[in-house]
Amino acid sequence: MALRKIIPVLLVALVAALPLLAPFTQVMLTLALAKGLAVLGIIVLLHAGQVSFGHALFFAVAAYTAAFVGKSFAGGELVAMMVAGTLVAAVTGLFVGLFVVRYRHIFFGMLNLAFSMIFFSFLEKFYHITGGSDGLQVLRPSVLGIEMERTGFEMLLFYGSLVICLAAGWATWAFLRSPIGNMMQTIKTNEIRLEYLGVSARATLLAGYVVSAALCGLGGVLMAVAQGIVTPEYAWWIRSGEFVFIAILGGANSVAGAFVGSLVYEIVRTYAAAFAADVWQMVLGVFLLAIILFASDGLVGMYNALMDRLGGKGGMRTDDAREAAE
Amino acid sequence: MKKLLSAATLAAATLLGASAMAADKPSEVQIGITAFLSGPASVFGEPAKAAAEMIIEDMNANGGIGGVPVKAHFVDEGAGGEALLAEYRRLVQDVKVDAMFASISSGNCNKIAPLAEDLKILNLMWDCGTQRIFEENKYRYVFRTQANATPEMLSTVLYLLKTKPDFKTIAVVNQDYAWGRDSWAIFSTALKAMKPDVEVVAEFFPKFGTPDFSTEISRLQALRPDVILSTSWGGDLDTFVRQASQRGLTDTSTLVLPLAESSLERLGDALPAGHIVGARGDHYFLHPEKKDDAAFKAFVAAFKDKTGAYPIYPVFHISQALSAIKGAYEKAIAANGSQWPDHEQVVDAMEGLTFKGLGREVTIRADHQGVEDQLLGTTIRADGYNFAVLDNMMMFDGDAITTPVGQESIAWLSTLNADFMNSVKAEEFKH
Amino acid sequence: MNTQLFALAIFDGVAYAALVFLVAVGLTLIFGVLQILNVAHGSFYAIGAYATASLGGMVFAAGFSPYLAFPLMLIVAVLVGIALGGLIEQFLLKRIYVKEGALQLLVTFAVFMILEDVQRLVWGVQPYFESSALQALGNIKVLGITYTVYQLIVLPCIALAVLICLRLFLRRTLSGKLILAVTEDREAATSIGIDADRVYLLTFIVGAALAAFGGALASATTSVVPGMGADMIVLSFAVVATAGLGQIEGAALTALLIGLGRSFAVYLMPELQVLVPYLIMLLVLLVRPQGLFGIAQARKI
Repeated sequence: MALRKIIPVLLVALVAALPLLAPFTQVMLTLALAKGLAVLGIIVLLHAGQVSFGHALFFAVAAYTAAFVGKSFAGGELVAMMVAGTLVAAVTGLFVGLFVVRYRHIFFGMLNLAFSMIFFSFLEKFYHITGGSDGLQVLRPSVLGIEMERTGFEMLLFYGSLVICLAAGWATWAFLRSPIGNMMQTIKTNEIRLEYLGVSARATLLAGYVVSAALCGLGGVLMAVAQGIVTPEYAWWIRSGEFVFIAILGGANSVAGAFVGSLVYEIVRTYAAAFAADVWQMVLGVFLLAIILFASDGLVGMYNALMDRLGGKGGMRTDDAREAAE
Repeated sequence: MKKLLSAATLAAATLLGASAMAADKPSEVQIGITAFLSGPASVFGEPAKAAAEMIIEDMNANGGIGGVPVKAHFVDEGAGGEALLAEYRRLVQDVKVDAMFASISSGNCNKIAPLAEDLKILNLMWDCGTQRIFEENKYRYVFRTQANATPEMLSTVLYLLKTKPDFKTIAVVNQDYAWGRDSWAIFSTALKAMKPDVEVVAEFFPKFGTPDFSTEISRLQALRPDVILSTSWGGDLDTFVRQASQRGLTDTSTLVLPLAESSLERLGDALPAGHIVGARGDHYFLHPEKKDDAAFKAFVAAFKDKTGAYPIYPVFHISQALSAIKGAYEKAIAANGSQWPDHEQVVDAMEGLTFKGLGREVTIRADHQGVEDQLLGTTIRADGYNFAVLDNMMMFDGDAITTPVGQESIAWLSTLNADFMNSVKAEEFKH
Repeated sequence: MNTQLFALAIFDGVAYAALVFLVAVGLTLIFGVLQILNVAHGSFYAIGAYATASLGGMVFAAGFSPYLAFPLMLIVAVLVGIALGGLIEQFLLKRIYVKEGALQLLVTFAVFMILEDVQRLVWGVQPYFESSALQALGNIKVLGITYTVYQLIVLPCIALAVLICLRLFLRRTLSGKLILAVTEDREAATSIGIDADRVYLLTFIVGAALAAFGGALASATTSVVPGMGADMIVLSFAVVATAGLGQIEGAALTALLIGLGRSFAVYLMPELQVLVPYLIMLLVLLVRPQGLFGIAQARKI
């Protein structure tokens, strides 16, 4: 039992220590954490049994918001960017959500895809506003009014992201445990029953949808700032697919899975691109197939199974790995 | 724990390594080269990579750089922005390369230039064309070893005006991204400045990678412009030219294709005679001054042998970057009393450097922009080639057509007039 | 906009719609039967195009008649359908029919990623172009504008022929009727002794072959380049979702709608060209979530 709780803490500590030991990993890990936030958004919806193939929309909306904030206010302010980006993503989520929560399953997925592709095409086409396919540069913003050098800024961004991710992970965990989270789960299992109880399934799903859009938005801002550039590729359907991919990889029903999945994904992707430049997509594809076919509970599921075997005591929910890490 | 330990050893080793390096000659000069090895732009990246390997092998057989062999690490720009930046950092901070060559895409150059500056790594922008980088910012560590979009487009306008002075109407079909938009802005500004009476009858910016230009071609047939400009490249350019020639558009309008040198061989007989082709510099496998040069001929033959195709402009560009880094090291060694220079001394040596790749000499100006001559020609059919080759070539003097240091391209171009056209020296060559 | 331009826009739109339809119809057929949205469909399209362009290049270089291109396209389509589609269905999809929709889609996404690299390893990155079939048929002048016979006449005719054949196949042949039965109600179909596994395999092969056939036909008109599959797949998603998942005739009409919308956009508002398919999809889905021709499904209790 103890081991089960200690390992996640050690893992978080390892991630926190890694940039000190190997500086070049810092930005890669920051990007992974940013993506992890977006994946968290996917996981919120998966809780209600719905899969969005268009959540890159909110990622991109927030990233471009950050870029515009930076452009309009001489470099911009990191905190302002995060607030504005997340807010715009949440509001966009509210409007898009009003339409899409009426639908389920494949229709839900496709409608989301449609919205994201419209935004993608818009970003590509309106060159004079959005910079077209080359996107917009995001200059290094100040942090609470302090101008920073790249080294300091990147370190701050990494540890800031780590803290944000832990906080967001905890908040999402709490949200999913709250009455509204339980009602979302009922949408997955038996929606009619929910309606009989006098609860509006649409309103419930909408609440979850806005939360998931906001999480994606927060991730998008971090990504934009860490990369220093935003491009329409942020909204491209393959990016949405990537989020779902990571969610499954990490373990679809767990908050911890979002981050474990995105860290592993980013590392595999970076090293596949570096050492198997000709076949990195194939490596990822095979990796994904193997997970779905042989370990459909994802990495967190594998971890739990392993712990169960070691400890011989079941009964702990996967999410508790994250709780233990707090 | 094992991970932790090995990472600690790694960190310790790199620290030791760093302190030991400054003094002696290293065992090799390491260069990181970013190029598209996947995606549509790999039509440029793959030939450049093949050429880089050939040139480096040849360099190392002849003593490398100051007696030190060169080693290249290739990075795929097609793997996406995150992977590119992560890999760039890994090469600089972990592998500790001595210089980076980045990149093909202007978007990536925009991303990487500030990063290189912050990482204090010598970065040669070996292929990207955006003129903005040195006009909008000052850099210490970033250089460009070839021309940029402004001289490339300006020379195209000059060639067009010199060879077809009476045209009245023009249409443009460019890819919808910064290069397509910016190159049209430069071209149209220069054109309007020097020949104000030209009418632009249509502007199309079809999506990048569009498979079908049928509708655009129907419209162009209805409009019948004298000249159609397209700065597209790769598969997009091939598709457009083929669809245009299939439907007879090439009989009624003159195509002006500033990047088509890189598509000539692939286009085969789809590109008829009489159309204007550029090469983003003096890059041409039948370079009029070099085609009888033994070394050049041997390289072209070896390249054709290795890749199955004639060298195209990115091959010339990578040869320039490699020749620049070699030149910079040699200059820095000489300036350092024959001692191996440190990184900063090599960076210092880049300024004002003159070097020669496969084409003519290139010089790095004070703003770190390379000054390179431009070659354009008109297609003809010639014996021995089953694709169009160039005739009536003109070579424009790079100094005259590159935006003066400290000026902004569009502003400078709009001050030009018809006299400017006559003042630019153009050497003429036949096939 | 005068009558001439109006007519031209229609011609261009129809030619474009024909190609889109051929790809989309395979996707919708597969969805109708297997309930899987097959992302790897884009790869079948690209591989069909690559195979036709490269094999065609060899055949014509050896001096054979360019008209051989047409049988070649059919052969390539069938081969891709059986070799790739068949293998993927047997070794991958078969194992995941019990899993939830998102996982099924991700499996095809993984296949798509793998096939992207396979294409690169087999065909490299240089664009292929093989238009002998198109050139052999020559040009035709309509309203003063030159069109290729291939695009203006042959492609729409082939698309129409495929539509009619598919309809006849589904309604008149035993295999077709079995497919329809399984689409309608899998459980009932299995209980009366229909071998659903065989039907799945057959459908997937036919669907994959249609995508490859679309790619084969497209290869004569365009450069075959890396990444062409990714663009085509989202476009056919848009068509299929707008039409209503599983609707074959609907896919034809929607492809036409999107094709025309796109070509009119080029004449009237070129900036909107890329947005058109998705705008149409969005508008339709907001009003009719089941698509233009889809049948609303009862909610499961």
